Amino acid sequence: MKTTVPALAAAVMMAASPVMADLVVPNMSYRTGPYAANGIPYADGFSDYFTLLNERDGGIGGQLIQVPECETAYNTEKGVECYESLKSQNPLVLNPLSTGITYQLIPKASVDDIVLYTPGYGRTSAKNGEVFRWVFNAPANYWDGASVAVSHILEQEGGDLSGKKIALVYHNSAYGKEPIRTLQGLSEKHGFELVELPVDAPGQEQKSQWLQIRREKPDYVIMYAWGVMNQVAIQEAVNIRFPMDKFVGIWWSGSENDVTPAGAGADGYKSLTFHGVGQDYPLYDDLRTHVLDAGKAAGAGDQMGNVIYSRGVYAAVVIAEAIAKAQELAGTSEIDGAQLRDGFEALEITPERMAELGLPDFGQPIALSCQNHGGDGLGRIQQWNAGAGEWSLITDWIEPDAEILQPLVDEDSAAYAQEAGIEPGCN
Amino acid sequence: MDQLIFAGEVFLNGLMTGVMYALVALGFVLIFKASGVFNYAQGVLALFAALTLVGIQQGQIPFAHLINAAFGTSLHHFGWTVPAVLAIALTAGVMVLLAFLIEKLVLKHLVGQEPIILFMATIGLAYFLEGLGDVMWGADIKTLDVGLPQGISDTIETATANWFGYGFFIDRLDIWATVIAAALVAALVAFSQYTKQGRAMRAVADDHQAALSVGISLRFIWVMVWSIAGFVALVAGIMWGTKSGVQFSLSLIALKALPVLMLGGFTSIPGAIVGGLIIGVGEKLFEFLIGPMVGGATENWFAYVLALLFLVFRPQGLFGERIIERV
Repeated sequence: MKTTVPALAAAVMMAASPVMADLVVPNMSYRTGPYAANGIPYADGFSDYFTLLNERDGGIGGQLIQVPECETAYNTEKGVECYESLKSQNPLVLNPLSTGITYQLIPKASVDDIVLYTPGYGRTSAKNGEVFRWVFNAPANYWDGASVAVSHILEQEGGDLSGKKIALVYHNSAYGKEPIRTLQGLSEKHGFELVELPVDAPGQEQKSQWLQIRREKPDYVIMYAWGVMNQVAIQEAVNIRFPMDKFVGIWWSGSENDVTPAGAGADGYKSLTFHGVGQDYPLYDDLRTHVLDAGKAAGAGDQMGNVIYSRGVYAAVVIAEAIAKAQELAGTSEIDGAQLRDGFEALEITPERMAELGLPDFGQPIALSCQNHGGDGLGRIQQWNAGAGEWSLITDWIEPDAEILQPLVDEDSAAYAQEAGIEPGCN
Repeated sequence: MDQLIFAGEVFLNGLMTGVMYALVALGFVLIFKASGVFNYAQGVLALFAALTLVGIQQGQIPFAHLINAAFGTSLHHFGWTVPAVLAIALTAGVMVLLAFLIEKLVLKHLVGQEPIILFMATIGLAYFLEGLGDVMWGADIKTLDVGLPQGISDTIETATANWFGYGFFIDRLDIWATVIAAALVAALVAFSQYTKQGRAMRAVADDHQAALSVGISLRFIWVMVWSIAGFVALVAGIMWGTKSGVQFSLSLIALKALPVLMLGGFTSIPGAIVGGLIIGVGEKLFEFLIGPMVGGATENWFAYVLALLFLVFRPQGLFGERIIERV
């Protein structure tokens, strides 16, 4: 009996925990609740890429990757509970896929030496690596998105927005409010009028906002929404006959889920993106061969190639590249959180490397440093073709306006540094 | 003058939105009136009904994910589609079956328990049904099309443009919702007034013990009421699901019904309608007139403030039964 109990305990521990040498990259997913329709494809894409690396390449640098999953239901409290439970498994990096959860985890992860990777979401000023030492939000953030949207509109209007009116329809939350200061700055610079229209969560009822849009007749509408707010907004825009090609959503308002319920009316709707569309990339052939056809897909396999699935894959690609870089710098395949942070800060993903990975022209070049945790913030515009049921990229990469954004990043990160008692620097 | 015309448009849209809220509130009222149970699961019933309707209509195989995982198959659809009317009838049948199971497996075992116990049971039911809906039909967003028109009514736009110089926006879906809600309420009132089962339902609502003593089956009445509430949930699910697609946030429409119930009373069908209209118009006008001064997004909280204001003067709600306690 004396020997049986510890043996049993050890067996249970081994079954419950990853092998110590494995690289632990948890998947903080939401497969249940009101936001599950978007949480599922992201989680599937994220896990499937690591499964591919394990199956095809034997992991990264010879180390298998463990991807324990924890259900957050897109709920901040549950997200923090997930963090606490995952912490015992020594995760290298967390990708919470929620701005609310990210805000809660920033101070915790910094103490626990865990990297937070928040591509396209989270705290924008985390781009300043000298303050947010453990947070990375490359390749683009919310403020980049707002600026790219305005640059696109500027291009559409022949370079002059004076006297124009742009409405921002936004989720009335920390996430939705993120672009306001950027758009206010851009409004002063380019002379357009900004109309701010908040929508309370979840966003099922938006009649007031769209009646106001109908009355005020803005030239363009920019949207920062998530979940049901996207589908309702696009349907309401169709209802009032707002021209779809003058309606631009952030990348979280640009998945198949968002446009399909509005049917043919959504044809021509635009959204930002920071990665390619469709599955016409060699990587998807590998995913099908080694993951889907092998019966090892994280989900039912029916999400492959949609926008949010691809975003999950892309997040995993960047993390995997950072791990490989960290292993190279550390001279060992068994790395810890601090070494992964070094890997992120030395990360360089060139177009050639993307092609080697089977994703040619899928993402922008990424080159990070201690100072720059956010990359260059480029974005592209994709447009929905309702007849074909697919997105098409209609622009090349568009640069955000650093003249407006950098002072905002500096100001916000300095405020956080003061509040948190952080001495900015790279040591 | 422009502001007045705009306010007129907002008022009409508020009325229409109020009807949509009332559709959800009706289900709560029916069950509370007949059994004294505040059915926390009413929003999830609407979700479940809408999921089932789309599933049947599109010929989706229920539990396909489970079947595929267990047997290594890749089944998704039967390969046929079902006409909308037939799909609605079949879904109504499923809701009756669900009502029967809820009575058999949950309510029957809780007869005589405190209302709070029954309320807690409906919370459990809500989470169970949400999970069941997920496993049966999947969590992806589904397009619901039963042939209801959507988009601006050209007739109203043209007419109001001729009268006021500004064409009003009225969504044709909202017009249909109003017609359907009116028909539904008329049918419910007729049912409760002129049918034997309806009178039995009212008797149970008035006094359980007295109804039992004259031979009315409480269990039958509960199955009947939950079936009717299930059908009302189906109608609400169709209206809201047509707007946003059928997705799991549909269950949150229940939040919009709470201020309606507080205002209209938990026991009155006309109260649910009038409450819905007052909340709809009140929140829309407040957002139009005051919203811009306070940063907007006032509708969610203002609906509750409005309901609380009414509660101060009529704690039982506008149409609720008067609370008389004799010592």
